[in-house]
Amino acid sequence: MSNQTHDSVEPSYLVAKKGLLSWLITVDHKRIGLMYLVATLFFFMVAGLLAILLRTELFTPGQDFMSAQTYNQVFTLHGAIMVFLFIIPSVPAAMGNFLLPLMLGARDVAFPKLNLLSFYIYCIAAVMLVLTLVMGSLDTGWTFYTPYSSTTGTAVIMATLGVFIAGFSSILTGLNFVVTVHKMRAPGVTWNRMPLMIWAIYATALIQVLATPILAITLMLLCIERVLSIGIFDPALGGDPVLFQHFFWFYSHPAVYIMVLPGFGIVSELITVHSRKHIFGYRAIALSSVAIAVISFLVWGHHMFVSGQSELAGVVFSFITFAVAVPTAIKVLSWVATLYGGSIRYTTPMWYAMIFLWTFTVGGLTGLYLSTLSTDVHLHDTYFVVAHFHYVMVGGTVIAFLGGLFHWFPKMFGRMYNERAGAISALLVFIGFNVTFGTQFFLGHQGMPRRYYAYLPEYEYLHQISTVGSWVLAAGLFLVLFTLLAGLKFGKHAPANPWGGVSLEWHTATPPIEHNFHHIPHVESGPYDFPEIDWDSAKH
Amino acid sequence: MSSSNASNERPAWVAHHFDTAGQQVSSAKLGMWLFLATEALMFSGLFLAYFLIRKLHPDMVLVASEELNKAYGGVNTVVLIFSSFTMALGVRAAQVGNQKSLERNLMITIACAFIFMGVKYIEYSAKIHHGLLPWNFFDMEKAAHHSAALASFEYTPMFFGIYFTMTGLHGLHVVIGIGVLTWILIRARRREFTPDNYVAVENVGLYWHIVDLVWIFLFPLLYLVK
Amino acid sequence: MIATFIPPDKLGTPPMSESPWALLPTASNHAAALDTLYVFITILCVISMILIIGAQLYFMVKYRKRSDNDRTNPITHNTKLEIGWSVIPSLFLIVIFVWGEVQFMDMSSPPANAIDVRITGQKWQWTVAYPQFPGGPSLSCPGNAADCEPTEKTPTLYVPLNEPVRLTMNSVDVIHSFYIPAFRVKKDVVPGRYSNLWFTAIEEGEFPVFCTEYCGDEHSSMLAKVIVLPKSEWAATVKKATELKLEEGETMAHYGERLYGINGCAACHTLDGETKVGPSFKGLYGRTEQLSDGSSLAADDNYIRESILEPNAKVVAGYSPQMPSFQGKLKDEQITALIEFIKAQK
Repeated sequence: MSNQTHDSVEPSYLVAKKGLLSWLITVDHKRIGLMYLVATLFFFMVAGLLAILLRTELFTPGQDFMSAQTYNQVFTLHGAIMVFLFIIPSVPAAMGNFLLPLMLGARDVAFPKLNLLSFYIYCIAAVMLVLTLVMGSLDTGWTFYTPYSSTTGTAVIMATLGVFIAGFSSILTGLNFVVTVHKMRAPGVTWNRMPLMIWAIYATALIQVLATPILAITLMLLCIERVLSIGIFDPALGGDPVLFQHFFWFYSHPAVYIMVLPGFGIVSELITVHSRKHIFGYRAIALSSVAIAVISFLVWGHHMFVSGQSELAGVVFSFITFAVAVPTAIKVLSWVATLYGGSIRYTTPMWYAMIFLWTFTVGGLTGLYLSTLSTDVHLHDTYFVVAHFHYVMVGGTVIAFLGGLFHWFPKMFGRMYNERAGAISALLVFIGFNVTFGTQFFLGHQGMPRRYYAYLPEYEYLHQISTVGSWVLAAGLFLVLFTLLAGLKFGKHAPANPWGGVSLEWHTATPPIEHNFHHIPHVESGPYDFPEIDWDSAKH
Repeated sequence: MSSSNASNERPAWVAHHFDTAGQQVSSAKLGMWLFLATEALMFSGLFLAYFLIRKLHPDMVLVASEELNKAYGGVNTVVLIFSSFTMALGVRAAQVGNQKSLERNLMITIACAFIFMGVKYIEYSAKIHHGLLPWNFFDMEKAAHHSAALASFEYTPMFFGIYFTMTGLHGLHVVIGIGVLTWILIRARRREFTPDNYVAVENVGLYWHIVDLVWIFLFPLLYLVK
Repeated sequence: MIATFIPPDKLGTPPMSESPWALLPTASNHAAALDTLYVFITILCVISMILIIGAQLYFMVKYRKRSDNDRTNPITHNTKLEIGWSVIPSLFLIVIFVWGEVQFMDMSSPPANAIDVRITGQKWQWTVAYPQFPGGPSLSCPGNAADCEPTEKTPTLYVPLNEPVRLTMNSVDVIHSFYIPAFRVKKDVVPGRYSNLWFTAIEEGEFPVFCTEYCGDEHSSMLAKVIVLPKSEWAATVKKATELKLEEGETMAHYGERLYGINGCAACHTLDGETKVGPSFKGLYGRTEQLSDGSSLAADDNYIRESILEPNAKVVAGYSPQMPSFQGKLKDEQITALIEFIKAQK
């Protein structure tokens, strides 16, 4: 490994070039990653505040401070912003951008200018989605189901064009990452020596490239439907409204894995580094990411068991959905097994990783009720579904994202944060999250449908518990924000390798220099070969 | 350590973050192939929509497709296939460093693209004239006047909806093709391409081939339904 | 009914259960079958959770960092273990899949002797119609709708106990979804096609019905209820609920007003002079109307009658011909009552 003896000589990427313009036109993957990070966190906050508004409205059964229309617009924007402007770009584009070349031992991604272009395309999409607010807003739900979306009076064209453009950003980022992983690995970084984070981002990037074009064409057809009317989604004009659902979920189911696979990658890193253990079942975890990516293209119909598609289709989709459960279970079990015989450090990132194991296991197991054909008939489109996907998306991706943020924050900014505040934030998030969404499994089983602004009085109890939980969750997330901002301003300087990681990003300066490495490293060992591992004991 | 002395041999056109010219070229090619895959997938969505309309309204599609001019469509097919051929010759010329042939073939390819768009213009004008447009603009009176058979089907505008969507998106790709071909031609005239460094020509060539390929599917499906 | 929305918490739907923690009523054959599987999956999940989280917590305590000189276990994989934890859960998954599949197939195959009921979804109300009992839509207070409290005007599906019932459903606008939690049945109601669901109610009582596919502003208010009755009372109740006739002592105009409400006329024709999809009824009777073909005529009894039966024959200028015909849906006596009602709107 190359020694970073020139630290004092070469400035970090944060200060290598000065001025706002140097950021706006940068092609440095680390700066682009940070810009994504700021943008996605901003939208996380916006959509999160919308969620708090929704939960607060639901505190009582009747209508309180939001009209039906307002409520519908708020839940639509909450979903659309969370999915398209936060979760999809958060881990791949923000963290992936920062880490991918560092972990591969490359100077940058394969196409740095394209990378910057993707960021600006994302910005345009974000502006368009926000503009819908002043153009009559959007009330279709983030799923844009026809014929509602092709007939409602709200700004559907603006919103779909926004998402369409966000899709291009996603495709270009994915393309960039696939090529980077194939072509830019440092000498010695074989496929079997890539950190699992890279495997996860690679699988994600493949889905981004292969699934997003279908979303693009679907949304284009929806726009054309509203402008010209082809009629294919409108029964009155000779079309089939359910076709849209097929098109939409053919993208959006794989998109679920765009959202969650990178989270798997992060957790693999957190658990190993903070327990000083080699990952258990490297090959199984790496290949299960790819297996999940492949199978994810074949399960879209499980969103449509009660839509009127043929029973046979339902049976096939249900079966394939159960097939996804296997690689997912393998991952969880491997992570737990990794803890065995370790020397676990309870740092903030590790707390988040431990929370992830709980929340993601709940999310995965409750998926069984929904992949089972008959029980899904009862639970479909109720709060059970809402709870399930929040356990996967928030309990999986967001918790992993927060853990990753605490883990790589010192590398990104060269500062440490207050460990105690970080741990308290983890506790608040854990309690708030489970109270908010755990309750919703019971609501859903009781039959409470989703997307209702007012509901029957017997659901009031559970809704109130859930709402109080959401306030705790919000407090936890604000504490995360304050902890990191305070770290940025007052935190002590971070050493190059605060956690003792052995993957390549820990082998350069903190924060890294502009082109990552003084000399491209030559790798001779795996990303989980920690010095604490007692290799000799295996021989006995 | 491969990078330490690579800088001595690296040509000026290799970007800072690549170790070797080979790495840069193969990255560009892989990126292009992935991009082509997304293009193919995007069009495949439209083909699916087309097949659905055909399945829902088979008789209507048969009659409506009669309205498309097979001669114009055929001419355009020949023009595009020919342009793909000249594009391939252009790439070959770049590969062997034949500057003159490269420029000539690029110019012919661009000219073919213009011919294609010209023919498309004539075809679109005829459809607009007869009111054969998607639902929102379909003119039943004009259409019935033009062909009674067409007017007898309830969902005729669907065919023209998908026709304009598919050929429109394809036409947009041809226009973008004209743009990138012109950009490549300008760079060629500046003598930026050498037998080691012509990956941009090759990639634009690949793009042009897929535009051609999409048309080769569109033509029989829309014009020669029977 | 269409014009005024009653918030769900004020609607006369019966409570689902006394306590929010209690299980739902098991009120249909499907509910009974499905709950068994539900419990089976729950037991499996709880066991898995205890095993996984138990192991995690145990490792978290046992293998916490003790000193800086800790050495860690070099294990990197264990093929036997990995195959084991892939195969054993798979076997359970197959059991769940097959079980769910068999139930689903049963839920998709209505028996031949099922009683047919038609459901229509429309923003934002359900309409229930019984082919055996032609009449008006059934509401929750059978008989004289004029005496119903607003909260009793919930569309109501009456079903006999222990008899299979098949619903044939369609939508006139966007996608809705018909969901009876107590029966564990749900199906999307799609415009341009018919969808089915069936059940046999096994418990008497009233149960709420929800729309579960988001359909716009008042999605939350698109409720209905199911009332399960003994077979002996069912036919009489449905007949009474759907029957529309001039009640004793009722004026023709008042009967007309009920018909105006039940048939959904209010969606397009206001009573206060405001123009919606069709002309307002205020001051309509006897007025001279300019037609879209340029001619004009007085809105007399015959014109109103024709407009109800053949709405698009003579359309008043400025309106589009999109009113559905009520030919065969309204009796002569009812048309007369409607004319009297319109006449009364001065």
